[in-house]
Parts: sequence; C-alpha cells; structure tokens
Amino acid sequence: MVTRISGERGVEIEGLSVWYGKKPALEGVTLHANRGEILGVIGPASAGKTTLLKCINRTLDFVPGARWEGSVRVEGLDVRSVSDAALRRKVGMVFPLPVGLPLSVYDNVAFAPRMAGIRRKAVLDDLVERCLRQAALWDEVKDRLGMLGSRLSGGQQQRLTIARALSHEPEILCLDEFSIAVDPVTTMRIEDVLVELKADVTIILVTNLVQQARRLADRVAFLNAGRLVELDATGAIFGERPREKMTFDYVRGRFG
Amino acid sequence: MFTETPLVRRKLSIEAATKLAFGAMAASMIVPLVLIVGYLVAKALPVLSWEFVSAFPRSNMKAGGILPAIAGTFYMVAISLAVATPIGVLAAVYLNEYARDNWFTRVVNLAVVNLAGVPSIVHALFGVGAFVFVTGKPCILAASLTLAIMTLPVIIASTKQALAAVPMAFREACWNVGASRWQTIRHIVLPNSLSGILTGVILQVSRAAGETAPILFTGAVFFRRELPASVLDQSMALSMHLFSIATQGGQVPETVQYGTAVVLLGLVLAVNLTAICLRIYFRSRKKW
Repeated sequence: MVTRISGERGVEIEGLSVWYGKKPALEGVTLHANRGEILGVIGPASAGKTTLLKCINRTLDFVPGARWEGSVRVEGLDVRSVSDAALRRKVGMVFPLPVGLPLSVYDNVAFAPRMAGIRRKAVLDDLVERCLRQAALWDEVKDRLGMLGSRLSGGQQQRLTIARALSHEPEILCLDEFSIAVDPVTTMRIEDVLVELKADVTIILVTNLVQQARRLADRVAFLNAGRLVELDATGAIFGERPREKMTFDYVRGRFG
Repeated sequence: MFTETPLVRRKLSIEAATKLAFGAMAASMIVPLVLIVGYLVAKALPVLSWEFVSAFPRSNMKAGGILPAIAGTFYMVAISLAVATPIGVLAAVYLNEYARDNWFTRVVNLAVVNLAGVPSIVHALFGVGAFVFVTGKPCILAASLTLAIMTLPVIIASTKQALAAVPMAFREACWNVGASRWQTIRHIVLPNSLSGILTGVILQVSRAAGETAPILFTGAVFFRRELPASVLDQSMALSMHLFSIATQGGQVPETVQYGTAVVLLGLVLAVNLTAICLRIYFRSRKKW
C-alpha cells in the first residue's frame, strides 16, 4: 500500500532527461502537476510530450535503447522505487489509438481489477458500470456488455480504453492525444468527464489541439525540442503576454 | 471513362499470365499427394482389412496384421510429445515473453536453430549414447526421448511464432493497467496463440511417427510377438516395420508392404486433418 505523502503534488518531475540511443528526447525538464488540476502539455511534433508521459508510468522501459536521468515522483514516491505493477495501477494511461484487449466489453474493463485480485461479481459489476459511465460509454453498451470490445466503433473503443484506464482507480490519469480517433461530439463528452474527474484525480493532458488545452487545463506546459519553454496558468499562456515569445507564436498557430 | 491504352492492355495480360503461372504452381502441390495416396491405396487394397490393423503378424510377417507396430508407434509418439510439448512450449514462452536480447538468449536461439538442422540419424546416435546408456538396453523410453529431442526445436520455433503473432499492443495495454507479465501471458497471450501452438505440436506428431532413423538403434525392433508391457520394453514401430519388410528382398508380399505404408500415411493424414480442424475452430473464435 502506497500512502500519500507530501502535500499537493500528484506528479513531480525534476531535471528529467531522456535519450533514445544517443538522441536526446527530453533535456532537463522540471515541472509538476497538482492534485485536483488538469495540467495541459502542448508542443510541436518531437517536443517530448509522449516521452514525458512514458516516464511517469515507466513504460519507457519498453522502448529498446531508451535511458533516462532525473527524478519522477508520483504521489511523493520515486517511480524507480516501486514495482511496475504497483506504479501502473496508480497511473492510468490513454494513448492516441485505442487498443481493445481481445475480450468482451465487460472483461476489458474488469481486467485490471481482476488482475489486482478482485473476484466478487457484485463488486466488479459496480466497478464496470461506474467506469463505463465515467467514460460516457455506458448507455451505448449496457445491453451488450458481452460483445467483443473490438466490435465497437473507433470512438467507442477509445472510450472503452478510458474506462479501462479508470478501472484500476488511478490517482494520476495521463491522456496522450486521446481525441485523435474520436468524433467531436464524443470528444466534448469526454472533456466534460475529465473536468468532473479532476476533483479526485491528477490529470495530465497531452494534446496537439491547443484549444483543447485552453478549454480544459488549469495550467499549461509548453514543450519544444525536448525542453520546457514555459509553464504557467492557462490564462497567462493564452493571454497577450506569455513570458516567451515562442509560446505566444505557438498558441496562435504561427509556429510548430 | 477508362480508356484501354496498349500499355494498360499489356499490364492486364501480364497480370493474368503471372496469376495463372503462380496458381498452376500452387495447384501442382495437389498432384503428388493424390498420386501417392492413390497408388498406395490401390496397391494395398487386397490386404487392407480389420484383421490387418488388429492382429499380430503370422508366418514370418507374410500374413496377419501389424498391430504391434501400430501400438509401438502410438506409444513412442505419445511419450515423446508428452515430454517435448511442455518443455518446448515453456522454453518458447520464456524466449518470446521474458528473455532480453543478451548473449544467453542468443546462445539458446542458436542452439534451437542448429538442433533443428541436425540429421535424424545423428539424433539416433545421440540417443544411443545418452538414453540407451542410461536405460541399459534399447527400449520405448529411449526411442521416445530421442524423438522428443528431435521434435523439440521445431515445437519451440512454431510456438515462438504463434506467440509473436499476438500483437505487442495487447501486452502493453495489459502492463499499462498493472498486470504482471505472467498475468498477461496467462490471460491474453496464451489464449490467443493456442491454435498456433497446438497446430505446431500436432504437426510434430506426424513427423515423430514417420521417422525411422531415431528409433532404429534406440528402441524399435524388427519383430516382436507381443505388445510392449512397459516403457522399458522394445517394440515394433510402423516406420521401422515398413523399412525392414521393404528391404528383405521380396520375402514379404508387396501388398503387406503397401498396406503398412497406407496405415502409416493414414495416421499422419488423420493427425494433420485434426490440426486443420483445430485451426479452423480457433480461427472462428479469433478476437481481433
């Protein structure tokens, strides 16, 4: 059991540098995400946004030749000091393209709780319904929970992935361009869900849609070429006078 | 509107010609099988009967049945696969799911590839040196273990291939929600590669049943009146029986030789058919 330690910070990253082989992907990035907020992460291609997320749940380990320095703390604990499984249960991850496990809709959502040892059907039923509701999918699938997840439409599958990411009751939720494969209406519904969720969960939202960051984020980090250019309240980043000229240009689509 | 320029027409005719040529090559595969089976069955027809597969040989194997040989082959194949399948599948799971790319993995992979390339007669000599040395005399156990060593690398290779066919994204999705490696293998990887694993194993049944050399010195005998009582007995075997009666210089009637061949071939084809049915069954349940 991991207990919450220091105050407000869900995720703390200090001096994080990552290399793929010899190529640097992140250089000395320091930032944190507070509990109860959505931290938006924006930046052009190969800014290191996805790499940043991969360090938080240590899926960077899956990338051959990748290595990193610096410290990443989740709920006050160094991610290198806990087991993969324990860490990844704390951190929910949603990737750009949905990956449905070759299981039914129900089993997709019940998978993580089952792997964590929850067996009682009543408990699982409640959990599955709650997660599917949170992911704005319940009404569409409640009568066909036994159907294969892969038979759902692309947008539904992405919401199923979000339901699965919530099923292990994470304290951190990272979303990497979740709306790429989702239609605008669904995107709006998921965005509403995120705003509701942020009371309980620290959310890090990586997005290429700067307007999405503007709508949802409390603070926004702007990354470029592996470095943190600026991190500030959303209003300041999108205002008339962000600290860096580069930020000003990027959020107005003049660069990137 | 499409216009059929000479260039388009030429492309179309080349397309048709290549398709025909490749198709003919593929179709030509059926011819040898039909010829072999047809020829053997026609030659063996007079001798094929219930007695032939259920009775002991009589009058110097010139008459009667081949039951001891069928039984011997059955025992040897069953024991060899009972040994080789768990070892091979577990080894393949390790190599595909756990092993990192280091010198140990490379040495194991090299060993598997080379073991698969060893001629069966060399396996036989190894079997004599290793297993017959331990059991004290040639016997079913020694022959089965020799066959197991022979089939093992192929089972490892086919199992690895079946495991590798499960998309990496499924594993990462499992790991991302906190499942351990073993949970991922147990609940996602194995259920979705079972058809491939089983097909690979079953195809080794026909290979183990057909080989003569590995059992030649390790446990198969030319003639034995009774069925084996234990795995430490020697036994007749179909492939060995066929080899010996065919090289006896015409003392055993041709029909008996062809009859033995048909029984062996029938067993092999039946096993392959099972593999095909299994594959169709599992493919119909495929989930992605």
